[in-house]
Amino acid sequence: MTTRHDTAAPPAKGGAAPGRPPGDAVSPEAARKRARLSRRWQRDMRWSPYAFVAPFFVFFAAFGLFPLIYTGWASLHTVELTAPTDMAWTGLDNYTRIFDDDFFWNAAKNTLTIGIISTVPQLMMAMGLAHILNYKLRGSTFYRVIMLAPYATSIAAAALVFVLLFGRDYGMINWVLDSVGLGKVDWQNDKWASQFAVSSIVIWRWTGYNALIYLAAMQAIPQDLYESAALDGASRWRQFLHVTLPALRPTILFTVVVSTIGASQLFGEPLLFDANKGASGGSQHQFQTLGLYLYEQGWVNQHLGRASAIAWTMFLILIVIGLVNYVISRRLRASS
Amino acid sequence: MTTTLTKPPAEPVPEPDRRRRRGSKASRAGGQLHAGPIAYIILAVFTLGSLFPLVWTAIAASRDNQRLAQTPPPLWFGSNLFDKLEIAWNDANLGEAILNTTIVAGISSATVVFMATVAGFAFAKLKFRGRNALMLIVVGTMMVPPQLSVIPLYMMVAKLDWSDQLQAVIFPSLVSAFGVFFMRQYLLQALPDEIIEAARVDGASSWRVIWHVVFPTARPAMAVLGMLTFVQVWNDFLWPFLVLTQNGNPTVQVAVAGLGRGFTPDQALIMAGALLGTLPLLLVFAIFGKQIVGGIMQGAVKG
Repeated sequence: MTTRHDTAAPPAKGGAAPGRPPGDAVSPEAARKRARLSRRWQRDMRWSPYAFVAPFFVFFAAFGLFPLIYTGWASLHTVELTAPTDMAWTGLDNYTRIFDDDFFWNAAKNTLTIGIISTVPQLMMAMGLAHILNYKLRGSTFYRVIMLAPYATSIAAAALVFVLLFGRDYGMINWVLDSVGLGKVDWQNDKWASQFAVSSIVIWRWTGYNALIYLAAMQAIPQDLYESAALDGASRWRQFLHVTLPALRPTILFTVVVSTIGASQLFGEPLLFDANKGASGGSQHQFQTLGLYLYEQGWVNQHLGRASAIAWTMFLILIVIGLVNYVISRRLRASS
Repeated sequence: MTTTLTKPPAEPVPEPDRRRRRGSKASRAGGQLHAGPIAYIILAVFTLGSLFPLVWTAIAASRDNQRLAQTPPPLWFGSNLFDKLEIAWNDANLGEAILNTTIVAGISSATVVFMATVAGFAFAKLKFRGRNALMLIVVGTMMVPPQLSVIPLYMMVAKLDWSDQLQAVIFPSLVSAFGVFFMRQYLLQALPDEIIEAARVDGASSWRVIWHVVFPTARPAMAVLGMLTFVQVWNDFLWPFLVLTQNGNPTVQVAVAGLGRGFTPDQALIMAGALLGTLPLLLVFAIFGKQIVGGIMQGAVKG
């Protein structure tokens, strides 16, 4: 229906366009020329939108959609890294193999816990920071730019620095802990400590970025909402709870989803945090994430088929998260 | 140097602009109130936390292994900084790596910006059959984890004999669903329908509309998307790590990560490499930080 409207409307306008000679009499050539112009116009109106979105979809088909489907296909085969084109059908064997593997469940659990301890404090801190930045401040632009400096730092550089800072014997953090009498922590080998250390890299890199997103959403809240809340005698804390937070709901959901996706794909931080530079995520797999497990299966153990099965499992988990998010956001919208 | 890094830029840089904007900002901002001292203390702590790892990278790079293996850890610069930077530069072949990364990130961001602006315009302002379904696909694509495409892409690269070639990194990075979404959101709001109508009435074809109306209007958003893409490609790790080796055409990330290998890694050297790999981007941020911040915030409100 929309297309019909579009192709029907322009000729009327196009008729009034430059090609029209002055006066009422229209010579046959001019009429033909006008008809040709108008046909070209119609073609333009109808097809150029497709031409405009085509480049994206061509690249997307080649580097997004095809890999997505092919990975699913490969996950039903035995494929080895040494001969990636030799595929032998195995059905769901790859899936049963990884679901039987304790390290898969270990990696899934680690991904979940690292995801929680990196995302929850990160977003709460970001919210607090955004709230502060939303006050009238001296040098507010300066703080905003500084907050993005970690975001501009690469995973490789950040992870390497944090390995040193979290060093057991001579690391800065243990030195501080030791000198205030808390004792040293084995950040590399202890399960929870190492997961916390990996999370801290994530928190460090992304808190400022999320704070900026919250700040932007806060600045879009109409001022009169606060004024009427203040007239009703709401304290600043209550204003934050009853005006700011509800208005930020969609933004919060957005950041939660984005952080969740990011956390589920964690790879570089745990890889580089490992002192042995292996893919096992520490000597006892204490911080091996699903991303690392995929890499280990595919590129260390050379089972690309099994790695594909892990990738698709991750994809399905993300779809579930997406659906849950959709349901929650609908509930929220309905209740408000 | 720590102090010079944290303090003075606060004053000279934002001063002139803040004055001008304060009135309008206060009227729409949630915070009419001036921040109290506690707010400044929290911000100072946070600034320190954000910058400390970066500054300490430089401190560690200026020392040697013996000093780094002592308590207390060094809190101030030693004398080795420039030696270590030079060794790291040569060992990791950083000159070539930075050139490679610049090429990859430059081509990617230019192409992504162009494709995203054109497609974003079509999605925002043109009507065509299947528009909503296609847009849904774009948004859905943003949820696909990169790990998923890694295996077939790896096979494609193997088949095309692209291992260690820069195009192996460039091509997959040209797809940016986020970019299309970002430009659509921007153009929906920034480009009034009347201007397009007017151009149409003047007989402009769709390409002329893009060239003379869309590109000029979208320029700020294009700049932001370009910088965001550049940062992202520059910092990308997983894919370059898989297809490029340190002996081939490493990107900065691959080269820097490679410094950490070996049985007795030279920590100061690793830090020097990490510093060199980060500096170009920090420089970009120091120059364009304000625009990038503004762009991220602008994209966020409408997203």
